[in-house]
Amino acid sequence: MNVAVCVKQIPDPAAPGELDPSTLTLKRDGKLILDDSDSYGVEMALQLADQAGGGEVTLVSMAPRGETGGLRTALAMGAAKAILVSDDALAGSDALGTAKVLAAAIKRISPDLVVAATESTDGYTGTTPAQVAELLGMPSVTFANKIEVADGAVRVHRQTEAGYDEVECPLPALVTVTAGVVEPRYPSFKGIMAAKSKPIEELKVADLGLDPTQVGAAGARQEMVSVEEAEERQAGEVVVDEGDAHERIIAFLEQLKVI
Amino acid sequence: MGVDKIWVLAESVEGVPTATTLELLAAARSLGSTVEAFTWGPDTESLAPVLGAHGATRAYTVGDVSPGLPGAPVAAAMAAQVQAGNAPDMVLVATTYDGRDVAGRLSARLDRPVLTNVVNLTVEDGVPTSHHAIFGGTQVAKARFTGPGPAIFVVRAKSFVPEETGGGPAEVVTVEVPDLGRANDARVLERHVEERAGPKLDEADVVVSGGRGLGQPDNYAMVEELARLLHGAPGASRAIVDAGWVPYAYQVGQTGKTVKPTLYVACGISGATQHMVGMKGAKNIIAINKDQEAPIFGIADLGVVGDVHKVLPRLIDALKARS
Ligand SMILES: Cc1cc2nc3c(=O)[nH]c(=O)nc-3n(C[C@H](O)[C@H](O)[C@H](O)COP(=O)(O)OP(=O)(O)OC[C@H]3O[C@@H](n4cnc5c(N)ncnc54)[C@H](O)[C@@H]3O)c2cc1C
Ligand SMILES: Cc1cc2nc3c(=O)[nH]c(=O)nc-3n(C[C@H](O)[C@H](O)[C@H](O)COP(=O)(O)OP(=O)(O)OC[C@H]3O[C@@H](n4cnc5c(N)ncnc54)[C@H](O)[C@@H]3O)c2cc1C
Repeated sequence: MNVAVCVKQIPDPAAPGELDPSTLTLKRDGKLILDDSDSYGVEMALQLADQAGGGEVTLVSMAPRGETGGLRTALAMGAAKAILVSDDALAGSDALGTAKVLAAAIKRISPDLVVAATESTDGYTGTTPAQVAELLGMPSVTFANKIEVADGAVRVHRQTEAGYDEVECPLPALVTVTAGVVEPRYPSFKGIMAAKSKPIEELKVADLGLDPTQVGAAGARQEMVSVEEAEERQAGEVVVDEGDAHERIIAFLEQLKVI
Repeated sequence: MGVDKIWVLAESVEGVPTATTLELLAAARSLGSTVEAFTWGPDTESLAPVLGAHGATRAYTVGDVSPGLPGAPVAAAMAAQVQAGNAPDMVLVATTYDGRDVAGRLSARLDRPVLTNVVNLTVEDGVPTSHHAIFGGTQVAKARFTGPGPAIFVVRAKSFVPEETGGGPAEVVTVEVPDLGRANDARVLERHVEERAGPKLDEADVVVSGGRGLGQPDNYAMVEELARLLHGAPGASRAIVDAGWVPYAYQVGQTGKTVKPTLYVACGISGATQHMVGMKGAKNIIAINKDQEAPIFGIADLGVVGDVHKVLPRLIDALKARS
């Protein structure tokens, strides 16, 4: 079974984010790393391919400046190869533009299963995977916290408001995973060494047969108008517990008429 | 361009429109002159009175989609209406499991972008403008579309307050679902409902949340007990959800639920921006944390610097003694 995993390479979330003052979009000029949210998808894909008794896990990523830092991490976990779409024409892409690129790249490898995260850490629109599925004419099951593959179909526990739905879907299909789906492995030293020589195919927009006006800032057809400071909430009273703080809390609850 | 017609994706559970649906209807009424719902399910007639009372004059429905999932058929039916000339200026969708599927697929079908994580909507110079909380809610960004509509917005829960208008039942109009090819092949085999007592997290008037400061999973029982005594719902930080102490449904924050209760009690939670963005709309906040420097104290109305293992048992005992 061949699996494509969408992996986003993002600025380190521990570093404070910053907007480019001219475009009001997020600055992405530092080193990029593997989005933690995608490590679950990579792990799940590796395990499913393993259980199926063979097949390849291919990473698909769109990122600026030919960035491969995050891809190397996922290759070190065990993925076989990667496709990276990197092109100046992609700067300022929105979720739909990104989906067009990812869908076109995925089409080249015709996988049995496409895996993405439910939402990315930096942009978190959570719409890209459904857009990819629609562009590929594929069924999709989002919010998976358990996945099995058997008899040409994927079986998913899909999170719901009230619990979960057991959903079955014939392959090929797209599934998005949550952090609960599986515990990602740490790349081993051997994996890190092996990753250095694994193939990363680098593509441009033209290689995918996409019209450059459909992607990037031009294709996004949306703009940030302004950024303002949000209203700050003020800190109130602070008490240090000397064994009696619960009394102060009770008084506060009474004042609020909660009790 | 002014805003005339607005569609609201109307979700329902067991024949009752969800709270977020009613929130979006209120938003739509404040922005446009005609509000219509777009829905699915076995019995739209039973939804029509509530949808109408909240301002929808019409409810388009694709009918029962089960055992399939709604994403593909609902998006395709909406797109077909738009392509046939029945196009709204705006489409409002809630940030829900099914909502994001519908919005994403609709966007791809119509080749229209989507603005997501919207926390407020205004019309400025005749242009629908969305407001987004960024950098953990410390800043508000405004955005708008520059191309042709419909303008699709995915709106976070609790961004608007539901309001009845006293309108009569919405007129139910059944619409066709075009051929979906393979896109609709997923089948729900079984639904599992986890029973929980007490009010729902995102509807509760009081929310008591626990974080890593509780030390170990068993101590979450104190949070549940306090929530019960205050007739509230228990919640959690992502740290203890990821650690498997409580289910994801308990999570408050950027990647969890947005709550706006009268009172939020944070126990052993540091106050990461991603947590605070989901709860700082609470009217009142009590925080209990042993670290005086914890960021949560920056937004708490009452901050208690103390050990949750001491303060919570005393508080629980004192509340029990009263009842
Ligand atoms: C604060 C902020 C707000 C934004 N708001 C909007 C908005 O309202 N509308 C909009 O259209 N765009 C928005 N964007 C831009 C958007 O986030 C990016 O353009 C991005 O390319 C795609 O969206 P996402 O990261 O939100 O994806 P999501 O839909 O959240 O991603 C889900 C999953 O899809 C896969 N994926 C997504 N992007 C890639 C990639 N480049 N390579 C490989 N896999 C990927 C990953 O598995 C990811 O976890 C915003 C960006 C920021 C920083
Ligand atoms: C993209 C992204 C999305 C995220 N989404 C969310 C989200 O939706 N919700 C969310 O909550 N987090 C989210 N996070 C995680 C967030 O950044 C924090 O890691 C998380 O909120 C921390 O949880 P915590 O406060 O329980 O744990 P910690 O930060 O470890 O804090 C524990 C606190 O307990 C205190 N403490 C310890 N012992 C005691 C004691 N005995 N008595 C009293 N106090 C004690 C400590 O002083 C400390 O302040 C997200 C992160 C990212 C990157």
